[in-house]
Amino acid sequence: MSATQTRRRQSAIDNLARWLDQRLDLASGSKKYLNKAFPAHWSFLLGEVALFSLVVLLFTGTFLALFYTPDARTVIYDGPYAPLQGAEISAAYNSTLRLSFEVRAGLLMRQIHHWAALVFVAAIVAHMLRVFFTGAFRKPRELNWVIGVGLLLLAFAAGFTGYSLPDDLLSGTGLRIGYSVVLGIPFIGPLLGFLLLGGEYPGTDTISRLHIAHVMLIPAGLLGLLGAHLAILIRQKHTHKPSKLAREDNVVGEPLFPSQTLTTLSLGAFTIAVLSLLGGLFEINPVWLYGTYEPYEVFAPAQPDWYMGWTEGLVRLWPAWEWTVFGVTIPSTLLPAVGIGGVIFTTMFLWPWIDKKWVGRDDLEHHLLERPRDNPLRTGIGVAALTLMAVIFVAGSNDVIASNLTMGLQTLTNVLRVACFVLPPIAGWLAYRMARSLQASEVSPLEQKAQAADASGGAKTSEAEPR
Amino acid sequence: MASAEPTGAQAEAWRRQREQQDRGARVAAISFVVAIIAAFGLMAVYISGGQTQLEGLLLFIAFGGVGTGLGVWGKKVVGPKIVVEERFPHRSTEQDRDEFEAAYEESLGEAIIGGRRRFLLRLLAGAGASLGLALLVPLRSLGPGPGGVMFVTEWEAGRRLVDANGNPIRPEDVGADEVRTVFPADAVGDAKAQALLIGTRPDQLVLDELAAETVDTLVCYSKICTHAGCPVGLYRASVGELICPCHQSTFDVNQGAEVVSGPAGRPLPQLPLGIDDEGYLVATGGFTAPVGPSFWNMTRDVESRLGRGTQES
Repeated sequence: MSATQTRRRQSAIDNLARWLDQRLDLASGSKKYLNKAFPAHWSFLLGEVALFSLVVLLFTGTFLALFYTPDARTVIYDGPYAPLQGAEISAAYNSTLRLSFEVRAGLLMRQIHHWAALVFVAAIVAHMLRVFFTGAFRKPRELNWVIGVGLLLLAFAAGFTGYSLPDDLLSGTGLRIGYSVVLGIPFIGPLLGFLLLGGEYPGTDTISRLHIAHVMLIPAGLLGLLGAHLAILIRQKHTHKPSKLAREDNVVGEPLFPSQTLTTLSLGAFTIAVLSLLGGLFEINPVWLYGTYEPYEVFAPAQPDWYMGWTEGLVRLWPAWEWTVFGVTIPSTLLPAVGIGGVIFTTMFLWPWIDKKWVGRDDLEHHLLERPRDNPLRTGIGVAALTLMAVIFVAGSNDVIASNLTMGLQTLTNVLRVACFVLPPIAGWLAYRMARSLQASEVSPLEQKAQAADASGGAKTSEAEPR
Repeated sequence: MASAEPTGAQAEAWRRQREQQDRGARVAAISFVVAIIAAFGLMAVYISGGQTQLEGLLLFIAFGGVGTGLGVWGKKVVGPKIVVEERFPHRSTEQDRDEFEAAYEESLGEAIIGGRRRFLLRLLAGAGASLGLALLVPLRSLGPGPGGVMFVTEWEAGRRLVDANGNPIRPEDVGADEVRTVFPADAVGDAKAQALLIGTRPDQLVLDELAAETVDTLVCYSKICTHAGCPVGLYRASVGELICPCHQSTFDVNQGAEVVSGPAGRPLPQLPLGIDDEGYLVATGGFTAPVGPSFWNMTRDVESRLGRGTQES
């Protein structure tokens, strides 16, 4: 040891590492992490795409915050964008325009930020589907599944509040709808709405409240939950796909250093690269075209960002049912937006336990992943749920689709209502049957392992590295 | 690694691996150089005034170069390697649990003697809960309570209708098929009082269906959708239907703004119209119902809260 050390050149990094180690005792604790196993399959990287999108959001968001004014007071626009010159607009909208037209690289940052938000939610959803269909949420990972659903909810909240900040006509309309849904909650709705926005819509405090939620409260929650998500991941180690080496009591994969480090950094660079390209070349949310928000103006067609499409679809599909029971009015937005939304997310939060009782039917620790075919019932339920979400999502733009198909809007809405009940069972049943027949046509890797283990008298098949 | 002389086949395999590594290293090096050039290009574009598309493209090339370099480095130069880690059950041993419990009990027992422990813990929980509640109460400062505010608007008997520019309107100014956004005089732009003054086609208006009095073939409704509060911005004159662009609720203006289709649960509230001494349109009271999206207590004491009956002219 000492011989090799004296031969090696002492670089500044060596000295720094030694300096740190003498104070923090790092080498002994970190040694094992160099060889920490990361599953090599691409589907394990979806969560990392979300992580890097969040990093981009934090950096671009900080840049935007330096120029944004969360103020609803009106000013006269005198910037370079000719169509709005002399218009009375809010200070918030004015600062968004200034950021877009006058701050160098401002438009790029704004567009990257918006694209990153869309990719962030998409990556979370893709990651979640991987975890769902492979059964990675099973014991002992229920807690991380619940935290993940919480992260998805916070991502929605971050998206919705951020979308409303420019104070343009489209975002103001979205906010108006959200506020109306809150107002409709029995007993507490009006008070809750007044407290959230500081009075009746559109109050003067609305923008500054949304701003604080968007730049402070929600990111704090996101980062807190993300920290817990990652800490639990490291503590519990990864799941892995069945293979010759993989067992329930080991982890097979690429070593953290250098393979996985290089892969992760490469993926991060590519994520940022693609978001930069999107932000640079593909215009998104051109707020200057929408004009400033006036409560009595609106334009059609008005649609939210994609991840809010399901709420939009639900309220469009829901019939005009409004009841007054014992003097309490139940508005027609309550059941679809609050009721169904609540049912969807409650089911998602509780899924590990639902799965335990009726789907996977065991309470054992699972570290070896299943393929979708290995649990046909779960796959069927997942596909049915996805189909339902897809129909609802389509319904969120029923006006555009109806006019493109030259079809009556009512006809299309009724077709989609029927589809909500007919398509999910069909798709779910098909997925179930496919999984069953795929299963029948082969010996699953899990069974292969079991057979191999039986044949060799349960002998271990690999030399495991000590922790 | 192996100290023995390599055999022919082994040497060939090593040579090939070596070649692949060299190739990988070259590609990675080129990628990093591209990234460096793009980064300097980005600085140049920024300094010379900035250009959004070019900046995005150069950022893409710079980060793409770094990503390619790192990826090739990992896959070709370092090469595939699989490690196997042991996994231990996610629970403490029974002994550890027992020891922890014993240590915990012992320390608490020493700190708080005997039967008083439970008593103290309960009081502490009570104090914590009370304090938590007390700290939540200031949330009430965030805004005023709704009170009766949601039942009333700026409209009152005798208030003139004005357009978005503040000009009063005579009945004869509004022709058939014409729609105007109107506000109470001196409250132009008011979000809650916004209303639509519509000139219906002759003989189309069904007076029996209207909830309040009106003038000639004119009729005036709240512009806020009773579904989710969007401005009801589209008018299909041929059938006399108002359509909300957000969720396509459709209201029949000739039938008291009854819901024809879409998710809205109730008609648009109507504004009773009259004419003042100078011949301008005025409201003769407030809206016939609370405006905007429905809320839980909107049917409670609605007559008194709307202030109707007292302000009828």
